[in-house]
Amino acid sequence: MPVWDITFQFVLLGSVLIGCTSGVLGTFAVLRKRSLLGDALAHAALPGVALAFMLTQSKALPVLLAGATMSGVVGVLLIQVIVNQTRIKADAALGIVLSVFFGGGIVLLTHIQQSAVGNQSGLDKFLFGQAASIVASDLYAMSVMVVVVLVLVGLFFKEFSALIFDPGFLESIGFAPRWVDLLLMSLIVLTVMVGLQAVGVILVAAMLITPAVSARFWTNHLLKMVFISALIGGLSGATGAWISALAPRIPTGPVMVLVATGIFVISAFLAPQRGLIARWRRLRANHWRENTQHFLRACVELQEQVRQEMKEIALTELAQVMYEPLYRVRRLAKYLVKNRQIEISGDTIQLTEKGYRDGVFVLKSHRLWEYYLVYRSILEEDHVDRSADEVEHILTPEIIERLESILVEEHIDVENVSSIHATESGFRKAGQDG
Amino acid sequence: MPHAIDDAITPIHIHDMTVAYHKKPVLWDVDLAVPEGKLVGIVGPNGAGKSTMIKAIMDLVPKASGWVRIYGRSFAQMRQSIGYVPQRESVDWDFPIRALDVVLMGRYGHVGWLRRPGKIDREIAESALEKVGMADYRDRQINQLSGGQQQRVFLARALAQDARIYLMDEPFSGVDAATERAIIEILMELRSRDKTMLVVHHDLQTVSQYFDWLVLINMRVVAAGDTATVFTEENLNKTYGGRLTVLSDAAQAVADHQRGVS
Amino acid sequence: MVDGSFWIILTGAFAGGACGLLGVFLVLRKMSLLGDALSHAVLPGIVIAFLLSGSRDIIPMFVGAAVFGVITTLLVETFHRHWYVQEDAAIGIVFTSLFALGVVLISAFAGQVDLDQECVLYGEIAYTPWDRIYVGEVDWGPRPVWILGTVFVLDVLFVTLFYKELKITSFDPNIAIAVGIPATLMHYLLMGSVSLTTVAAFESVGAILVVAMLIVPGAAAYLWSDRLPVILVLATAFGIFSAIAGYYLAGLWNSSIAGAMVLVVGGIFGVSLIFAPQYGLLGRVIRQGRLGIRVAQDHILLRLVRESEAKEDARVYIADLLEGSFGARMRSRVAVWLLGRGGLVVWQEEQLTLAEAGFGKATDLLRSHRLWETYFSQLGVPEDHLHHPADALEHFTDESLQQELNAELPDVDTDPQGKQIPKNT
Repeated sequence: MPVWDITFQFVLLGSVLIGCTSGVLGTFAVLRKRSLLGDALAHAALPGVALAFMLTQSKALPVLLAGATMSGVVGVLLIQVIVNQTRIKADAALGIVLSVFFGGGIVLLTHIQQSAVGNQSGLDKFLFGQAASIVASDLYAMSVMVVVVLVLVGLFFKEFSALIFDPGFLESIGFAPRWVDLLLMSLIVLTVMVGLQAVGVILVAAMLITPAVSARFWTNHLLKMVFISALIGGLSGATGAWISALAPRIPTGPVMVLVATGIFVISAFLAPQRGLIARWRRLRANHWRENTQHFLRACVELQEQVRQEMKEIALTELAQVMYEPLYRVRRLAKYLVKNRQIEISGDTIQLTEKGYRDGVFVLKSHRLWEYYLVYRSILEEDHVDRSADEVEHILTPEIIERLESILVEEHIDVENVSSIHATESGFRKAGQDG
Repeated sequence: MPHAIDDAITPIHIHDMTVAYHKKPVLWDVDLAVPEGKLVGIVGPNGAGKSTMIKAIMDLVPKASGWVRIYGRSFAQMRQSIGYVPQRESVDWDFPIRALDVVLMGRYGHVGWLRRPGKIDREIAESALEKVGMADYRDRQINQLSGGQQQRVFLARALAQDARIYLMDEPFSGVDAATERAIIEILMELRSRDKTMLVVHHDLQTVSQYFDWLVLINMRVVAAGDTATVFTEENLNKTYGGRLTVLSDAAQAVADHQRGVS
Repeated sequence: MVDGSFWIILTGAFAGGACGLLGVFLVLRKMSLLGDALSHAVLPGIVIAFLLSGSRDIIPMFVGAAVFGVITTLLVETFHRHWYVQEDAAIGIVFTSLFALGVVLISAFAGQVDLDQECVLYGEIAYTPWDRIYVGEVDWGPRPVWILGTVFVLDVLFVTLFYKELKITSFDPNIAIAVGIPATLMHYLLMGSVSLTTVAAFESVGAILVVAMLIVPGAAAYLWSDRLPVILVLATAFGIFSAIAGYYLAGLWNSSIAGAMVLVVGGIFGVSLIFAPQYGLLGRVIRQGRLGIRVAQDHILLRLVRESEAKEDARVYIADLLEGSFGARMRSRVAVWLLGRGGLVVWQEEQLTLAEAGFGKATDLLRSHRLWETYFSQLGVPEDHLHHPADALEHFTDESLQQELNAELPDVDTDPQGKQIPKNT
């Protein structure tokens, strides 16, 4: 356990502030596809930090950050000039500015190290971050910046959303997209600068990207995404500061980034709906549903020939008609019994009323679709089956209604759409030749 | 199929081909047999899958089902017999290369690994440039060429490949009238030498003028055959008519389903 | 005994040259980002190799880097294609987290690994002379020199042997596949070479700065030439020069050698950006200026000749010509001066008149202008819109173009406004 003293509290608070703000702005940066611009900004800030120190001999955070901001902004503007005025493309321009400015920063830093008094002037904490070096005065400066940033985001939230999703609308209500974009970029600059001390030049971009991408798994809604991203960012910051306090040799920046990445992986798997586990579950459920529907449809088709009572259908017959192995048919049958769609006795089954109705619905979708495809000369007769097979499970009631109305417009008696095959429709797996 | 198709003399025979982008079907169950020595137009609305079909023939995009045979064999075996003119937008025209060098690339398949193009290759490239009327521009940097000139250089590259079949993706888009005329003349000359050309085209006005065979596509082949027979109002309605959104809705539903989103 | 600094410079030169050469293809293929990502992401591989092998041998380092290079590519693919993360964010997440892992490992195992954070950043090229290879009892020279020298030669061989394959897959992968050249294979071969070079240069230049040596020389060379072979040679030369100059500058400034190398190559880029004749900024500004002045000259001549249609002794006050924005006034001033010097106009106190030579040129311009107006009018352009395109084109209409226009408009004597089209003199 790290010592819970005032120093640590400062460190913790600072890291949380940084994490939250990066999360908030990162959401907009990522959605604007500007993730790597934050990286360029951060790398380009290094010479500014060194120069500020060399000129003022002061290590006060506001001074250093002022230098950082100026050189960062110059770097980003230079990227624009290169892209607009030469044939060098954006990715190379970014890499050039990023690495050359950073190299310049390293030259200045090493020069300072050789000539400075005492320990390396503490400037190299800007490389990998050292949240432990956050003192009260730093915290004041940072808090002010954070408050400014968050207030502006709150005020201009609607404009930023419009900028991302519908710039045309933004223009129509009187906000020039260029100015809104400029404001957003300025806030990103401020956020990067705030994070420099704790996370370091090299990795601060990660705090802009990773929490936001993680938040994307949890929600589609912009406001929720911003909050979740802030939460994840803050959590990464706090955990990073905590772990780093336990092992002082390890700089905070990399730890925070690793924590954030861990949360990213967890989000990717566990998020409901958009997460991987949820998707896999749905795929399996869909697959299962497909198979049970085939079962019912096969039953109903076999039933068609016998009008009076529910036919007794042998499992083996079903297996043949469905082109499925017997054991699988048995397993499906067990499930359908539980669902009260069939009744089973020995090796034969019978459809229940419910089962018959459900089966007829599936059959109807299948035949409507077949009819539509052939009627519209979309496909030759012998190709219709496969498409209909794949699609019938996915046709929503809305699509079926539209199909029906199209056919009705053509004066087709939808109720009596009969199968266009002389024999029963078979089920052919996709991807195989006929 | 109504009649048996002799693969060995059919330049392009496609059977039951379905192509999906990111799990969304964009081409459904394509069946097509292109006869030899024809100028074939491929026509349909935007996003109908015309480019995709060309790319699928060349194995540039994977097929979800079906196959393609070139004179009865696979594309990989018949690669040398196919000349390709891709869309102009697919290339970075700031690349440091001259017109002649671009055309020379068409010979790389014949030259082989680790070797340089020889004198004969150079001569073929130069004569291809001359055929498209760009001989004076052989040393010109490609970013100094106009759109029509770039298209002609692309065509020259395909000619240098010395193929039996030519696949062209929107060769007339964004090109001036004079260039368009020049290209059509070259294509007709190729046709007179029994070459087969598949051309993705977007301008309905010129279809009857240019092509003797037509393929109408909207996510599936609506009609294919003689231009006179196929180019009817009814077929055009089926190709361009809005009713087909049901089909694309279904395609979207399939994609969502496959990705586990629905 | 060769001076230690010679070995250092030689190592740096090999590193700079090899990176610069391969980097040209990264720039042309728009893969600068991937180069950046790779160089960050191989760090944990190198550290783990150190930890496991207990030595600074190049083979374990390369294996470690290769493994993590593959992991990087796989992770980016997975995140982008199967987890539906957008591509630039996926790259960002992968390389930052892997780099963070590397830094954590270094600081955690600081004692066991002969590697510290600074070294990661900017290499230890200064130690080169003391790190020698001994075969038996014979001192063959510093190890890094041998490693980087071999890598340099291999890179040159790679580019030379596979020149046309690299060229076609960089320009148009589609036609490459169509023609039978495996674009994917070339991609992996290139990435493999970049990884090898990155790892070899890592010791000398460090992780972050190697990116600069990869991208910047190629980008600078791209501004000077349109021929790929020239660009390749130039990039290699820039890389080598930066290494040499960087060494001396670092001594002068008392700073990191690698950082100085990067600054030099950055300086080369800056100079190229401004001064490259065709693609540099200065050239553009000059060309635009020259064009503006030429246009201003033409306009002055036209004004004079139109005045002379109205009255015999046409003269224009110079002051009347100097109107418009600051830039326009400057251009007009220069134009007037040039016209006077060329004998096309005569300066008389504050006024200008056309000289004989000027009269001929002015008439020619007028002819072009009115031919164009007629041409556009025949195309159906309304009368009040005719002046603009004619005004734009008149400056670029040479004799052959004029003849073409003439051929399109036979038997035309007057323009749409009824003014006489001057005959060809």
